[in-house]
Amino acid sequence: MLGLDKKDTSLLIIVAILTLLAPFILNPFPTGSAMAQFNAGYPDLMQRFVIFGIFAIGFNILFGLTGYLSFGHAAFLGVGSYSAVWMFKLLSYNVIPAIALSVVVAALFSLLIGYVSLRRSGIYFSILTLAFAQMSFALAYSVLSNPKFNLTNGETGLQVYADDPQIFHRDSLPDMPHLFGLSMRSTYKLDIGAWSFDFNAGYYLCAVIMMVMFYLAIRIFRSPFGMMLRAVKSNQQRMNYTGLNPRPYTLAAFVISGMYAGLAGGLMAAMDPLAGAERMQWTASGEVVLMTILGGAGTLIGPVLGAGFIKYFENIFSKINDNILHQWFSFLPDGIEDFMVFIVHPFIGKGWHLTLGILFMLVVIFLPGGLVEGGQRLGKWIRNRGKGATDAKTKQEPAE
Amino acid sequence: MGILEVKNVGKRFGGLQALSDVNLSVAENTVHAIIGPNGAGKSTLLNCLVGKLIPDSGSVMFDGQSVLGRAPYEINQMGISRVFQTPEIFGDLTVLENMMIPCFAKRDGAFELNALPSVSSQKDVMDRAMHMLEEMRMADKRNMHAAAMSRGDKRRLEIGMCLSQEPRLLLLDEPTAGMARADTNNTIDLLKQIKQERDITIAIIEHDMHVVFSLAERITVLAQGTPLVEDTPENIKGHPKVREAYLGESA
Repeated sequence: MLGLDKKDTSLLIIVAILTLLAPFILNPFPTGSAMAQFNAGYPDLMQRFVIFGIFAIGFNILFGLTGYLSFGHAAFLGVGSYSAVWMFKLLSYNVIPAIALSVVVAALFSLLIGYVSLRRSGIYFSILTLAFAQMSFALAYSVLSNPKFNLTNGETGLQVYADDPQIFHRDSLPDMPHLFGLSMRSTYKLDIGAWSFDFNAGYYLCAVIMMVMFYLAIRIFRSPFGMMLRAVKSNQQRMNYTGLNPRPYTLAAFVISGMYAGLAGGLMAAMDPLAGAERMQWTASGEVVLMTILGGAGTLIGPVLGAGFIKYFENIFSKINDNILHQWFSFLPDGIEDFMVFIVHPFIGKGWHLTLGILFMLVVIFLPGGLVEGGQRLGKWIRNRGKGATDAKTKQEPAE
Repeated sequence: MGILEVKNVGKRFGGLQALSDVNLSVAENTVHAIIGPNGAGKSTLLNCLVGKLIPDSGSVMFDGQSVLGRAPYEINQMGISRVFQTPEIFGDLTVLENMMIPCFAKRDGAFELNALPSVSSQKDVMDRAMHMLEEMRMADKRNMHAAAMSRGDKRRLEIGMCLSQEPRLLLLDEPTAGMARADTNNTIDLLKQIKQERDITIAIIEHDMHVVFSLAERITVLAQGTPLVEDTPENIKGHPKVREAYLGESA
């Protein structure tokens, strides 16, 4: 189907079902129950899952296939966001031109940075991209924000003001990002018993775009171009002596992944019409590296899993506070309860990075292939266990 | 005029004159061996032919065109394929994929943004690669990771990859270095068979005299960066200058 083989088609269908049903899947606990804080099915977080999913899918095309580790991809994300907000300011709140421009500008910007950075490989390439990203951050944060020429609005961040031109804006249209009149914030609430599910227009726009981008990534992975990118990672010397020029291949991969990042940045601004320089900081670039490695670099689904994993823990762990801990450990005698809270305290709330760091370490040490490898091992284990149990009986189909 | 004409080539690394005044002519459709003791400049000369090094002086012409100043991939596209001393293959890719890459390079040139059709839909390249694997007698290994193969198989695959590009000149850099006698003989047979079956010029750099004398039609002896003699294998065997270069003056 769609030019994919059977395995890839089923992967795409699984991803489609999961993203479309995410409002249900991510809200398994009834509202108001003690477990409700583990629910992730609210629009804001769901949007971030798929937007960072797009960012990581694109990053994986560069890092997973060619092995070039860019430490500056957040720059393209930021550029995408700024472009989108400028479209809101100048044209209207319609998200289509905003997203289109963010992709185009990110493509041009990544062409420039990639052209220079790809003259080196390995650690030097990483450092060059990092340097460019920090320069972009400095530009956005201060240089391009002065009274004479204010492109980024500095510390405050770029946003839409009442006196902006917005030449295509009509009074009938919502006063926030919309898709031909459908506000990105419009949410349909479905209450079933104790449960409540949110169906948000912005989330579904992002989800559909993510599915398209995921589909494109599969096509790229399976194409001759994708094979050449793996050849770059495997042996550039042999490539050179086989009549192939690695430079345009890596540059094309760099620009494609930059466009994915720009798209993610544009979508971020489309969900919340604000662009700040902090989006370009090196920590943001590092985050997408973590997502890709955590999920499984070079695999199709890994980066999406990694993005979801990190964003989930960021939101859930950072929300847990000492009161909640006391509730959890209330069944213990007082002294032990306090002691347990004291032990766990550094890992929650503002300390969630500590938890993430430990999880990341465990994954990298025990599952070098990321969460995808974990899934594969689990599948194998279930299969073998099933075989052992049924032994001479009929073959058991493993549920993967 | 040979297919490869090297004229007055010199190359200096700091204080070391690696090559000086090298003249070499490789005739079309022959097997030409370049031999010489360690440090004679064989590898430096080879690197000058494929674009890895640029000589300080002189000219290198392939089929009437200068190769100097061109990148390795451009020289390869002109029709020169190189086999390395330690097999250079795409270890992370499967054997079939390894063979498909040179076929793509032959069909699409140095760069082609062929990003949407699937590899399996490229029937012409697929057929060509399979045909070549069959010729190399490794079709049964097509789904194996190339890195997992034995040294001899890697060498065979690399030669097959080079041949799938239908080069006019095949350069081999000590193709049997570090091989057991049996593998060496297999490689000699393979190269003989290749030569028989197609119009190809082979230039071979080699240490092993057994290999050289089984294959070469012409031999150039290199010593201290200059060609000493160039002649047929029979004449080279008894040449006093060659003995001197290999065994030292007093011998």
